[in-house]
Formats: sequence, structure tokens, C-alpha cells
Amino acid sequence: MSIVNAVIQGILLGGLYALFAAGLSLMFGVMRLVNLAHGAFAVLAAYGALLIVRTGALNPIAALLIIVPAMAVLGFVVQRFILQRTLGTSPLPALLVTFGLSIIIENTLLLTVTADQQRLNLGSFDTAAIALPGGIRIGAFPLAVFVFALVVLALLSLVLSRTQYGRLVRAVSDDPGTVQLNGADPKLIYGFAAAIAFGLVAVAGVASGVQTSFSPSSGSLFLIFAFEAVIIGGLGSLWGTMLGAVVLGIAQTVGAAIAPAQQILIGHLVFLVFLAFLPGGITRQKALR
Amino acid sequence: MLEISGLSAAYGQLTAIRDISLTVESGGILAVIGANGAGKSTLLKTIAGQLKATTGSIRFDGADVTALSTHERARRGIVLVPEGRRLFGSLTVHENLQIALSAKRSGVWSLESVYELFPLVAERRRRRAGDLSGGEQQATAIARALIANPAVLLLDEVSLGLAPAIVGQLYDRLPLILEQGTAILLVEQDVAQARRVSDEVHCLLQGRTSLAGKDLDLADISRAYFGAEATA
Repeated sequence: MSIVNAVIQGILLGGLYALFAAGLSLMFGVMRLVNLAHGAFAVLAAYGALLIVRTGALNPIAALLIIVPAMAVLGFVVQRFILQRTLGTSPLPALLVTFGLSIIIENTLLLTVTADQQRLNLGSFDTAAIALPGGIRIGAFPLAVFVFALVVLALLSLVLSRTQYGRLVRAVSDDPGTVQLNGADPKLIYGFAAAIAFGLVAVAGVASGVQTSFSPSSGSLFLIFAFEAVIIGGLGSLWGTMLGAVVLGIAQTVGAAIAPAQQILIGHLVFLVFLAFLPGGITRQKALR
Repeated sequence: MLEISGLSAAYGQLTAIRDISLTVESGGILAVIGANGAGKSTLLKTIAGQLKATTGSIRFDGADVTALSTHERARRGIVLVPEGRRLFGSLTVHENLQIALSAKRSGVWSLESVYELFPLVAERRRRRAGDLSGGEQQATAIARALIANPAVLLLDEVSLGLAPAIVGQLYDRLPLILEQGTAILLVEQDVAQARRVSDEVHCLLQGRTSLAGKDLDLADISRAYFGAEATA
């Protein structure tokens, strides 16, 4: 029964990882940009929420109403004024610049908010759980995060398949030059995609801050989990990313049930197995869906 | 309406077109002809904004658009059907046409009227653009450009890589497009095909204008097309 429990907890954990990974997957799919500062921005959002919570006015969930729009605007601005300049035939400038951004964010946080571990507190909701037969308990918060991740990915995938913006996103992923010929500005499409990605990573950062603790240096681990979810699921596919995130979550929780101290390592090992035997990921599709 | 004067453009150090001047009247048609590498596609790319002009100016509806970006020119009504069609392969034909709605221009061309003009495209609307044949792709590319309601439609080598019968069918559509008041500037290697739709031709040779005018003599065109020494 402990394995069943571990699998269920892993699926829920996958919801959190999917939120981390969706933004990374979207930005790569749209503008072929690998954002190495993705995790650092999640941490930045968590500290933003912490700052708001400490004023005493709002709880972490309500703080999202401020943090998510703020991060979305930041995403748009960072894309338009920094990342846009790094786009080109070579992926290297974008990698270097986003790596630099992550270092700047981490060190600025170290200077201003210290290296102490922090948590975001939700009070009784933190520990609330739903009891299932067989002694399995599902945390209310992880379940809420998982459901939220599903809803957000469904919405995003609906936007991509049905709206004019979604068509433009897919078209620009095929051929930005020709999108311009049709009267749309790829820079604007990229900007909005970055806004969506940053909004998502803000939710992920805050949710992770409630579920576990965080410090200025947590970003790199978030980034690795997001990467692993994207690669396991298959590059450029949103539902693949969700699937990859769940696989990673299960690997970690089942791993923890077998060898409690090696949870993260076992997650990495499963990722390496996928990379070795299924390098295209579970979905193996190139186009954004 | 579209006035180009003294236009030059280069790929890096290599000048591809030099000092080109031409005019397309509102609702009119002009065919630019020339051999491979004469600079025809470069000329269209420069007019559409994909390539920066090194000298000269592009005036459109009385305004200088030389410094505008490609999408801004499309929004003003200068729309290019690029060489090699450049459809969005992962999108359906219908979605490809919808992309051009982003030019936000109103006019006679709508999804309905374009489908009416190209029944073949309408038939294929649910197919992925990447799965179409060359002729279907070319028709879709022209249809997509029309959705943007161009004031002037720039057509780059419609006939490239297509069977003569298909090319004939596509060229048969051009008078119907002109009838709706859409001007056309087309480039073509096939002189006979170009002359069939346009009385006025502009011949390029190694990036320069070698001949331009209406109802020209075929022998003169041949000389301008191949260079002075060649005989046609």
C-alpha cells in the first residue's frame, strides 16, 4: 500500500512540476529560447509573495493576485528588452544571458533577504488532508495545485489551438519571417508568451514555497526539475510536459519510499533512463500543441 | 501608388540590386522579368521590408515606407507572396489563411471570397499545409496574402517548380484579383507567361534595369533579358 500511496503523492507532485515546466516548454516552443533563469524567477516570485505576506495584509494565495500580474509584466519587459536581443541563429547568447540573469537574481536575493530557508504559510490548509480507504491521505494543497495545473494547461492548450493568438504562436514557431509578411509582429507574440510563462512560474514558485521551503539558491533545482519534466514528456508538447512532470514526481516519491535519502537522485536517474532510451520524450512531437 | 526610386539593396558586401526605379499604379499590374540571379526576388524582398534598402526610397500612397518594418508594411497593404510559398506547415490551410487576419485590413477579400476564388484551396481547408502539393501550396500562399487585403500584391515566381498546366490555372486567377482593385507586382522568369498578364514589363539584368516599358518587342526583351551579346 505504501507504493500506491507513493504513486498518488508522486502524481500530485507532478502537478507542481508541470507548473514549473510549462513556462519553460512554452518559451522554448515559441522562440526556441532556453531560459536558464526560469528557476530563479520562480524563487523571485516566492520572495515577492513572502514580502506581501509579511506586511500582514494577504495570505500567500491572495498574494498571487499581485505577484502573477507583476511577474507577467516582468516577463514581457525582460523578453522585449533583454531576451529579444539574444535571439538568432545561435542558441548560445540566450543561454549565456539567462544564465547571467539567474546569477544576478540569486545574488541580489542573497544580499537583500539573506540565505535563510523560508516558507510560505497557509495555516490550517497547509496540513489539511483527505483520507482515503487504505490509510492513504491526500494533502488538500498538493491536490489543489495538481487540479490547478491541469486546468491551466487545458486552458493554455485551448488558447493555442483555437484563438488567433494561439495560431500566431504556432505560426511563429514554424517561421517568424513569414508571420511578419502577414502583418503580425513576432516580437509582440514572443512578449506575450514570456508573460504567460512568467505568470505560470510565479504560481509554481509560490506553490512550491507553501509545499516545501525555499532559499535564494533554490532556483537551480527548480530549473532542473522543469528541464527533466520537459525532456521526459517531449520538447514542445504541453501535455507531454504534464506527463513528464507526473513521471518525474512519481519517480521521486516512489524513490523516496524505497530509499528515503535518495529521492532527488532517483528522479534524476529515471530522467537519464528516458534520455538514453527515449530521447524524443514520451510524445515525440515537434510542433506545439 | 507604389513608387520606387533609386533602390539598391545588398546581402552583406554583395550588392544584389542597383538603382531600380519603378511605379505600380493603383489597381495596375507590372511584371518584373529577368534570368536567375537577376535580382527579382531581392527587389520584392526589399519592397516588402525583409531586406534593408541601402539607397533609394519606397513610397506608398504618398508616404515614405522605406524605414518601416515588414509587418508595418503588410498592415499598410504591401503584401508579399514569398518565393517557395512559405506556408506554416504545422497549421491547417484554413489556419494559414486566418494568420493573415492579423494584418487587420478590411476590404473585398474575406475567407469566403478567397475560397470562392480558389475552390481547390477551399477543398483542402482542413488539411495540414505541409501535406499539400506544390500547386495547392502556391494557391494557398496567394489566398493567404489576399486575406490581408493588399493594396498591392507582390508575387514572387508563382511558376517556380510547378507544372505548366498548374501555372496556367494560377495565372488565370490574376485578372480576377485585379478586377477587385488589388494591384499586382509580380516577378517571373517565364517571359511569355509574364506578358500574358501584363502589357508593361520591367526587365532586370544582373541587378540593374535593362529595359522597361509597355508592349515591347520580343527581340528587345530577349536582348535585355540575356544581355547585349546574346541572341535569342
